[in-house]
Amino acid sequence: METIKTMKTNQPTKSYVADTPWLDREATPFIQIKNLSKNFDGTPAVANIDLNIYQGELFTILGGSGCGKSTLLRMLAGFETPSAGQIIIDGKDMAGIPAYDRPVNMMFQSYAVFPHMTVAQNISYGLKKDGIEKSQIKNRVNEMLELVQLSALGKRKPHQLSGGQRQRVALARALIKKPKVLLLDEPLAALDKKLREQTQFELMNLQYELGITFVVVTHDQEEAMTLSSRVAVMNEGRFIQIGTPSQVYESPNNKFVADFFGTINFFNATVQNANQDSKVLCATLEKTGTKLDAKFDGNIHPGGQITIAVRPEKISITKNNPEGENLTVTKGVVEDLAYYGNRSIYRIRSQSGRIIQVSAQNFARSEQLALEWDDEVYLSWNSSCNVVLTE
Amino acid sequence: MNTSHATNEVIKPLGMNFRDAMWRKFITYLPYLWLLLFFLAPFIIVLKISFATPIVAQPPFTELFDLDSDTSQWWLASWENYQFLTEDNLYWVSYFKSIKVAFISTIICLLIGYPMAYGIARATPIKRNILLMLVILPFWTSFLLRVYAWMGLLGKNGIINSALMHIGIVDSPLQLLYTDMAVYLGIVYTYIPFMILPLYANLEKMDTSLHDAAADLGARPWQVFINITLPLSIPGILAGSLLVFIPAIGEYVIPALLGGLDSLMIGRTLYDEFFVNRDWPLASAVATILLLILVIPIMLFQRSQRDKPQS
Repeated sequence: METIKTMKTNQPTKSYVADTPWLDREATPFIQIKNLSKNFDGTPAVANIDLNIYQGELFTILGGSGCGKSTLLRMLAGFETPSAGQIIIDGKDMAGIPAYDRPVNMMFQSYAVFPHMTVAQNISYGLKKDGIEKSQIKNRVNEMLELVQLSALGKRKPHQLSGGQRQRVALARALIKKPKVLLLDEPLAALDKKLREQTQFELMNLQYELGITFVVVTHDQEEAMTLSSRVAVMNEGRFIQIGTPSQVYESPNNKFVADFFGTINFFNATVQNANQDSKVLCATLEKTGTKLDAKFDGNIHPGGQITIAVRPEKISITKNNPEGENLTVTKGVVEDLAYYGNRSIYRIRSQSGRIIQVSAQNFARSEQLALEWDDEVYLSWNSSCNVVLTE
Repeated sequence: MNTSHATNEVIKPLGMNFRDAMWRKFITYLPYLWLLLFFLAPFIIVLKISFATPIVAQPPFTELFDLDSDTSQWWLASWENYQFLTEDNLYWVSYFKSIKVAFISTIICLLIGYPMAYGIARATPIKRNILLMLVILPFWTSFLLRVYAWMGLLGKNGIINSALMHIGIVDSPLQLLYTDMAVYLGIVYTYIPFMILPLYANLEKMDTSLHDAAADLGARPWQVFINITLPLSIPGILAGSLLVFIPAIGEYVIPALLGGLDSLMIGRTLYDEFFVNRDWPLASAVATILLLILVIPIMLFQRSQRDKPQS
């Protein structure tokens, strides 16, 4: 399959990098969510959320099951009525507007393709409900079929399609009404790995071409990282952190986000001194007393308990004692290793008995493992890789 | 040339000996055995009798073969009974009436049962179980008893007439019992669970995200129903309709107890032919034709099921 073809639009060409409307204080958000709450039988599913999403964003809401992300999406679509708060889309308050009158369309997790209709009938359904002229519907359907590469399959029934094709039908059906916002509920969850990677890029291209604001809900942090312009990490009905994927990955603001968004090593540490001007602290690790420096923001005072977090891929693993500026070095033994082809994951037991996970690229082409079980190794990382977490 | 390496060893499925295989076959064919013993065999007897001639004897019909006779006519089967069915109006009227009553009752059951099944399928799990229980509850009382209860309700001095007269809507009791309306009432009342249960099973497992998707694409609630819910519930509608239509067509007790003298349904005719006139061959012919009438819709249903895609 090729990538999804370009659709002619009047959208001005934008660059991915420069397009950061959330940094512009003057910009009006396209979707405004204010103090939004939803309770089910007294249990809050969504608790007092505020969120601004800007025109043309590919915004991802990331969270585990039961975190309230689907409820939030269903409130945007109009399937659930908020218990409190406000949703404004393109300047219009959505309160009291039923799902069938909202300028949003949704792609369902199960795809929800109508099993008794053909592909073309599925795709044209939305236009038919709007009472659009038959000849025009036909043109738009053909256009859509071409966009999602299903031109040859218009007369097929859904049960004659593969999972990936059904996903395209669902996408075409949701896009044909040219919604202001497209909601996607776990869009890639039902696809196998290869198809997923490919569809991911297609979705991004499509979003860019059409200029439609996408709001994606997912539990898959990798999906969130690759797709989004911004990510909101959600837990127990609240947003824990909102930011670009790299912000959230490199500078998580608490342990939950750090742990949920990728893999990370935590070290308990005590603050020795904190320079409030340069925002650099010096801390000693629990048990070993290893000293290390780290940048911080917020309120941190000597004697305070903090967590130092380091991503596995930031750590170098060597057989000899490394030398260099600003390096934290610790010694350990290879306890476990997993070979992934492009990289290997090592679990190192340090002298203090703590397990540290390290991810290393397999630079050399060799069928021999670079390290074996029980090898003695040195772990080292630059102090700039230390993330200070207080909660 | 190389000889092949084929060994003479017989490959048997692991752990399957002869007894297991027989046992497995027995289980597989048990339903067929059941059908053979309790459906096909009796039917063949009925079919055989339908070709005989009634006589005053025990049993009251002739044999089909007479090998002892000296005459050349040893084969005694005749079409006479079937011929007679076409000649006498009574039978056509009965068949037609039965089909009409069964058809209208099925439609009424569907119209009442569909919203009920839909309501149950959309209720919360606890409520759903209570509602299903209420649908099944009447089965715990004898069917005959419940029909007698209706006689008590509908009679001249029954509860309904007393109530109407008490309020002053009518001066003299209405003729409710022994009418066609009473027959419809009885059939709908008796068979409605058979409509509700298959419909419920269908509606309950329907993916609600299909409804959401239709609404999301701009369909009003009634359009969602017409475009999505209704077409997808057709298997449930067909199953429920057959479960009502088939027993209703041969219904004997309800028209006999609640219907008037003129409400001649085929069950009643069959009964009279058998027990009153003691014309077993003619009664058998009536039964055979009835079976044919019933088999046709079942075959249509089977076909519609077979044509459906495997989901």
